[in-house]
Amino acid sequence: MLSSLNLRASMLSAILLFTMLGIWEVLNQVPDKTEAMSEYELLMGGADQEARVPPPSAVLKLAFAELSNPFYDAGPNDKGIAIQLAYSLYRVLTGFLLAALIAIPLGFLIGMSPLMHKALNPFIQILRPISPLAWMPLALFIIKDSEASSIFVIFICSIWPMLINTAFGVANVREDWINVARTHELKPLKTATQVILPAAAPTILTGMRISIGIAWLVIVAAEMLVGGTGIGYYVWNEWNNLDLSSVIFSILMIGLVGMLLDLTLSSISRWVEYEE
Amino acid sequence: MNKYFVEVQGLSRRYPAKEGEVTVFEEANFGIEKGEFVCIIGHSGCGKSTILNILAGLDSASDGVVIMNGKEVSGPSLERGVIFQNYSLLPWRSALKNITFGVQARFPGWSKEEIIEHSLKFLELVGLKGVEHRKPSQLSGGMRQRVSIARAFATQPELLLMDEPFGALDALTRGVIQEELIKIWNETHQTVFMITHDVDEAILLADRILLMTNGPYARIAESVKVSIPRPRERNTIIHHPAYYQIRNHLVDFLVSRSKELSGDNSNNAGLNNIGVRPVDVDPSDSIESDQNLQNSENLAVSV
Repeated sequence: MLSSLNLRASMLSAILLFTMLGIWEVLNQVPDKTEAMSEYELLMGGADQEARVPPPSAVLKLAFAELSNPFYDAGPNDKGIAIQLAYSLYRVLTGFLLAALIAIPLGFLIGMSPLMHKALNPFIQILRPISPLAWMPLALFIIKDSEASSIFVIFICSIWPMLINTAFGVANVREDWINVARTHELKPLKTATQVILPAAAPTILTGMRISIGIAWLVIVAAEMLVGGTGIGYYVWNEWNNLDLSSVIFSILMIGLVGMLLDLTLSSISRWVEYEE
Repeated sequence: MNKYFVEVQGLSRRYPAKEGEVTVFEEANFGIEKGEFVCIIGHSGCGKSTILNILAGLDSASDGVVIMNGKEVSGPSLERGVIFQNYSLLPWRSALKNITFGVQARFPGWSKEEIIEHSLKFLELVGLKGVEHRKPSQLSGGMRQRVSIARAFATQPELLLMDEPFGALDALTRGVIQEELIKIWNETHQTVFMITHDVDEAILLADRILLMTNGPYARIAESVKVSIPRPRERNTIIHHPAYYQIRNHLVDFLVSRSKELSGDNSNNAGLNNIGVRPVDVDPSDSIESDQNLQNSENLAVSV
């Protein structure tokens, strides 16, 4: 029954995909020229008057070409898709891991100490809603390095979900489990690592999953702003080149990589999850 | 005064309330001998659990002290094991790992093999051989409580505290685990202090049953001796001539006297009761029992 449900679902997905691709393909065909070109058209080198979104066949052709040689490097404005994605991933992972390094211990502190929670909460509430890109000018001015600035922007946007979820998870560890640690005379450090951390791990992982999702959203915008390298820069550069096939192709790649990041985190979180 | 292994003196607990404070219980005075199995019965809200938590060192008293082995109890300790009603197993650890958690904390010098061997021995004692690698969520309520019992016995505390350990179990499972508890207790002669709501359970397990009056201002009014000889079994104990005498005495206390003796008007009488111990009662000795009943009524008047 389950397998037949899966089968039916994937069939439905395939039908939807091909229908939409078909509509897209048909609507964006360059009309056949039957009559001879006008003088103006001849002047313009036969270019179409009306710009069209490239059909899926054109995107697929480009995707095949790009993916069959993803690592080429032909100068600053012409790099393979894998190189651009690797730049973005490097920035996202660096910023994300730095944020985790700060957010998780700080979240522990806030979760365990009502004093720290009350004292730090106003800062968190004010800093959290700030769009991470708003930090960019300040970051560029202070750090004086565009690469490090974009990593900082990733850092600042991924810190909040992790911080808040860690604090929440730690503060809501069941009293009974803390009492088990107390009656077994566990030292504070052992209580933290053997009881509180495993108890709060699923909540912390949820925070990390939200963070990496946001970081991947933000890196595209940050790279559009900073330029140079990365998938965000690639999208904007291809827009400037009016190469819409490449734009669509990179949009799909952004989605694909984002999904892989989320899948990685969710498989880690399955590993720490427990049933009460 | 007898020198008890655990000595509870003038214990009171008050909570701040909207107006002033609420006294849950006061002037609890009792002792537990080494190797003795003591149950405490009382209605909800009389502060039984609070007394147990104070004994465990998880809560602190407003007044009074608990002395164990000549030392004052001032915090949780491995010398006092606790079994909670909701089992309190760590759900991300397997049954065995929950026990090794306790054993490792208790015997930090032991090797890994020693810890596992010791833990397995106690898992076997509660009849859980073969399911040691299951997580608590994959075990039934009865099995979980067995793991919890095994963990507590495996750490070999000097005093074992049980807070309604079988309260969440169905009657059949409860009976089976009670017998297992008796079995383990017969082997270890652990000193036990246990809260229960179940009169039959208390008679089956305990050497002595402490009876608490209703709260607020609850007191430990009586200490009932269970003179039925051991080993006891669930199906034979009810035929013992003393069984119904004890049972009737307990039920009578819970139904009527716990309320009559309840000290909610004793706000200013506290001074008169300092150091008062619960009245010793042995219902199987009917003459003495009558006398004690009178005593307790006298107490009620003086209260």
